[in-house]
Amino acid sequence: MSTLSVRVWRGTESGRFQSFEVPRLASQTVLDVVTHIQRALDPTLSYRFACRVGMCGSCAMTVNGRARWTCRTHVSRVAADGRLEVAPLANLPVVKDLVTDMTEFFEKWARARGSFQGSSTRREDFARIDPGSPERRQADAGIECIGCAVCYSSCDVVAWNPAYLGPAALNRAWTLVNDARDAGNRARLAAVAGDAGCHACHTHMSCTERCPKQISPTAAIAGLKRAAALAALRGELGEAVKE
Amino acid sequence: MTTVRTQVLLWTAQRASAAILAVCVIVHLVTVIYAVRNGLSAAEILGRTRGSAAWAAFYFVFVAAIAVHAPIGLRSVLAESFDWRGKGLDITVAVIGVALALWGFRAVYAVFV
Repeated sequence: MSTLSVRVWRGTESGRFQSFEVPRLASQTVLDVVTHIQRALDPTLSYRFACRVGMCGSCAMTVNGRARWTCRTHVSRVAADGRLEVAPLANLPVVKDLVTDMTEFFEKWARARGSFQGSSTRREDFARIDPGSPERRQADAGIECIGCAVCYSSCDVVAWNPAYLGPAALNRAWTLVNDARDAGNRARLAAVAGDAGCHACHTHMSCTERCPKQISPTAAIAGLKRAAALAALRGELGEAVKE
Repeated sequence: MTTVRTQVLLWTAQRASAAILAVCVIVHLVTVIYAVRNGLSAAEILGRTRGSAAWAAFYFVFVAAIAVHAPIGLRSVLAESFDWRGKGLDITVAVIGVALALWGFRAVYAVFV
């Protein structure tokens, strides 16, 4: 049986890579490899996963230098030479081994006002939304985000500007800006604009290239840039002050 | 500390000035290449620019676009490279913008009169 040479990050922010030899199996995913290490070789290895089918967004790690969802990443795609290096996601604090602290990532979703702000009550009729309308199609393009933080981990601007909200939070905000039922867009545009928001994006497109769901946060950010710039020129942007 | 609206307007000004610069840089480069390939002397160049309202207007716009574009870009570069943010940075890049405008307009004036 052939084996894989796997280097796995051990420790917190400071630590080292530990080497393991893992049996190579057919249709093996990177998550299978990490699971084998924990169950058969070293039970102290910490990592995070839940659904194993690409829905929950909890198993993202840095695999051979790139952020990926490990449950849907086949070893054959990333380790042609039989070598794997698995590290925690970049741009997030490391709790232990392959587990990162996602607090800041999700707090930025809240800071970007990523929650739906309804304006009608249960006594009113359903909103009639044309599935083919441009706004609904824009929202549909970004709605399948699973919150895995692959984009956030791949973003240069997050590394350079820790206050930057990041691609996932901005993508979420753009889906709500295009939601005809949402009533919170004045405050939302102010929250996502400026130096820590969409206008800090350099359009490197690493988020779009690496999103496992083929979402384009870059397109969402471009939409936010236009909408916020128009609101600012019209004097309709909120009054939030931020550094 | 700047308001979000100011930050967005700075971004808009930088994009608008970039669009102007894209045209200005091409015209400027073609002019330079024309002058070099035809062996124009400094006196011959000045002979064409002096009293020319068209050249003065063109380079006035060019300098104005640079004075808007460069300091806003520099503000982002310094913030991202050196983690320098706040009032000190904003004042510094504003001074750089004014200096660029003064030097540039002085040069335009020098080849016009």
